Amino acid sequence: MRMLSRFDRKKLCIFSSALLLVLLPMLAALAGEPYLVSLFTRILIYALAAASLDLILGYGGLVSLGHAAFFGMGAYAVGILAHHDFEETALISWPLIIPGSDSGLVAWPVAILVSALLAAIIGALSLRTRGMHFIMITLAFAQMLFFFFVSLEGYGGDDGLTLFSRNTLPGLDLGDDVQFYYICLASLSVFLLLAGRLVESRFGIVIRGCRENEKRMQSLGFPTYRYKLLCFVIAGAAAGLAGALIANQVEYVSPGLMHWTRSAIILVMVLLGGSGTLYGPVLGAAAFLLLEEVLSIYTEHWMVYFGPVMILVVLFARHGLFGILVGKEKRHG
Amino acid sequence: MAEPLLRIESLCKSFGAVKACHDLSLEIHAGEIHALIGPNGAGKTTLLNQIAGDLTPDSGQIFLAGQEITHLPLYRRAPLGLARSYQITSVFANLSVEENMLLAIQAHHGHSFRFWGRGLKDPQLLAELGPAIETVGLSERAETIAGNLSHGEKKQLEVGMALSCKPQLLLLDEPMAGMGPGGSIELSKLIHKLKKEMTILLVEHDMEAIFSLADRITVLVYGEVVATGSVEEIRSNPAVRQAYLGEED
Amino acid sequence: MLLVIEQLFNGLQLGVTLFLMSAGLTLVFGIMQVINLAHGSFYMIGAYVAATVTARSGSFLLGMAVALPAAAVVGMLVEMVVLRRLYKKEHVDQVLATFGLIMFFNELTRIIWGRQPLFMDVPSWLSGSVELIPGIPYPSYRIAVIGVGLMVALFLYLMFTRTRIGMQIRAGASNREMAGALGINIRLLYTLVFGLGTLLAGLAGVMAGPILAVEAGMGESILILTFVVIVIGGIGSVRGAFIGALLVGMVDTLGRAFLPALFRMFLSSAHADGVAASVASMSIYILMAIILIWRPKGLLPAHS
Repeated sequence: MRMLSRFDRKKLCIFSSALLLVLLPMLAALAGEPYLVSLFTRILIYALAAASLDLILGYGGLVSLGHAAFFGMGAYAVGILAHHDFEETALISWPLIIPGSDSGLVAWPVAILVSALLAAIIGALSLRTRGMHFIMITLAFAQMLFFFFVSLEGYGGDDGLTLFSRNTLPGLDLGDDVQFYYICLASLSVFLLLAGRLVESRFGIVIRGCRENEKRMQSLGFPTYRYKLLCFVIAGAAAGLAGALIANQVEYVSPGLMHWTRSAIILVMVLLGGSGTLYGPVLGAAAFLLLEEVLSIYTEHWMVYFGPVMILVVLFARHGLFGILVGKEKRHG
Repeated sequence: MAEPLLRIESLCKSFGAVKACHDLSLEIHAGEIHALIGPNGAGKTTLLNQIAGDLTPDSGQIFLAGQEITHLPLYRRAPLGLARSYQITSVFANLSVEENMLLAIQAHHGHSFRFWGRGLKDPQLLAELGPAIETVGLSERAETIAGNLSHGEKKQLEVGMALSCKPQLLLLDEPMAGMGPGGSIELSKLIHKLKKEMTILLVEHDMEAIFSLADRITVLVYGEVVATGSVEEIRSNPAVRQAYLGEED
Repeated sequence: MLLVIEQLFNGLQLGVTLFLMSAGLTLVFGIMQVINLAHGSFYMIGAYVAATVTARSGSFLLGMAVALPAAAVVGMLVEMVVLRRLYKKEHVDQVLATFGLIMFFNELTRIIWGRQPLFMDVPSWLSGSVELIPGIPYPSYRIAVIGVGLMVALFLYLMFTRTRIGMQIRAGASNREMAGALGINIRLLYTLVFGLGTLLAGLAGVMAGPILAVEAGMGESILILTFVVIVIGGIGSVRGAFIGALLVGMVDTLGRAFLPALFRMFLSSAHADGVAASVASMSIYILMAIILIWRPKGLLPAHS
């Protein structure tokens, strides 16, 4: 592997994982383990959430412990619309009647927009701070949202909301796990492609510069706050889509989706896979969820081993799986 | 009399009990190289920081070409033609020299809310890159990662980045510090070359460089202006000699 | 009126608990510049050890006497083995590593003590009530908690302003290199500061034991409140932590107690309770947001 240049290793790594993911449902059928499709769907959804966090964390240097707020918000958007559709009640009656919906073409854009809006509000307030303050404020806002949804008795409160069925998309049956798997794969792929272009564009360069030396960026004339805010909103919107997908997959939403520990787990996935790479988080999500799956067969106390593993990763494998497989990029420190 | 390019009126800045700037007034004329000298702790960098926008004064006003900029945020000063280099070099250590310069060039090419295209390979920006790197003499080191540059080269990069916004006023904070004699000469030549295009405010300790470059000099002691004038006037000023030059080397 | 007084005391009691949690943590944030998410784990350790020893021995005081050093010792071990290596690292690394610690401690607790919560009884000699204000009885135990908390605050104040070690801590806070050059053993100092923080957290946990359920994960809920306190008070400032803790304790307690009544004046009863519950649970975050808009660095930041 060492003989290949870093660029080739990266291409090889991405290509082989993409191939594996595309073929997975067939492989699962061959192996007679259909539950693998469900497991990997979950991996794809969390990979999307983690990759969206990597955008602001790995490239922007913004350590947000509140990213799950957008994940949960997207899920609840889908859940609430489905609930009203099932109950045949309107979301609100004044000033105009907004009915529920179980169509993916309605619910998913709504999820993305609502999460983007939430990110705009939280970002506008939080991005005025930096460092430790930023971390704690994003955490606090996510918890605020958690408590808010816990108190919403009308939407299940602490018990959450069950969906009657998955959303509908024209021409497709999302109730079929394999079809739903490919929709998730498509969503992740589209995001990775778009985000990949984004980080190399002028906008992306500014974001990366802000991470390196924000003072210098301002000194050069960049209004950094605006760029960081837009990046935060984009990341939040993508997390919202991931939330919409998870709501569909398990047909259930609960406030736990936006708890700060959920944010921390998504953060773990990003770092485990390798931050600042966009593809690393995909590896990280897979590693985390697969490890959880495998280890819990042996012991229900797998976390007592995982905790120290994380500490070791931080101390000795800072660049995560991507760093190990592909090698460190000198650019991203 | 024509409005000076930079006018500072009664500037005051304190850090707790320490008065870094005390009722400071100063004028910089367009086209000149103006040196700011004074013993350590005189408040030179604090003054520069307030002009550049890194610090906000407690009271007083700063005017650039007649426009008040006293409370303008840092990022709004570069578009007005105000650029600076930092005493402790502040470059993007993990990016190459080219990439550093491209960022600086990109900064004054309108807004950067462009989400497609390759920022680092944008032909519009690349066109300016070559001459910009050459001006500061870093063409040989274009692909080196900035963190691996020598101290002097980092300073050159700093200046290069400051120049990319085509400033009308360039603030240089101890550009010669830590450079050997060869480096200082190169930098002096560069500064002299730049004089035709812009006004320069220079904070320095290297007296030889100052006497050869500066048109006018302001002496700062304990946050106050002790004297302002031409090189000859300052050299022969007895108060200055006693307060400052006498203590030097 | 009775209710108001009672809730004021409850708010004070919560505030004092939060102060014990945040005093140590704000120092760790300010001096060592480390984000430590695992601080809640020491609160949990204090509670668990105290609950176990108290149940075995029948003595609450013995439980406390064992729990406090336990929390301090575990804290110092954690500092030496893990945290020390994180000082120079980026915040994201610190978040990750300390989150790993949380996972480890929570699960270890479940392994040792099982998943069922433990219950601690209020010691019999504190189980009555006292009429601090004539006609208004208030549980003696909670009065004791308030008393201990205020005494600790006083002790910390005296320590920081009057003793050599307090001065050294403050020196280490403002300029690490200089303090080191002056011969202060920074490494040891950091370990001690961390240990002090965990001891206080353990104390908070011990005292909370009889009031709340002792279970794995109990540290996380109080951790968030602690963070809010520190952000409001100002990172690195123990004084700020004191003010912030009392503020948060009051706002949260009084909000939960009285917002429903307040809202019932404006809205129909069904709506009012729901909305009030929402707002009450979000009240301290709203408070935090307001304070940050007004004072981005908190109320009494250590460094201006």
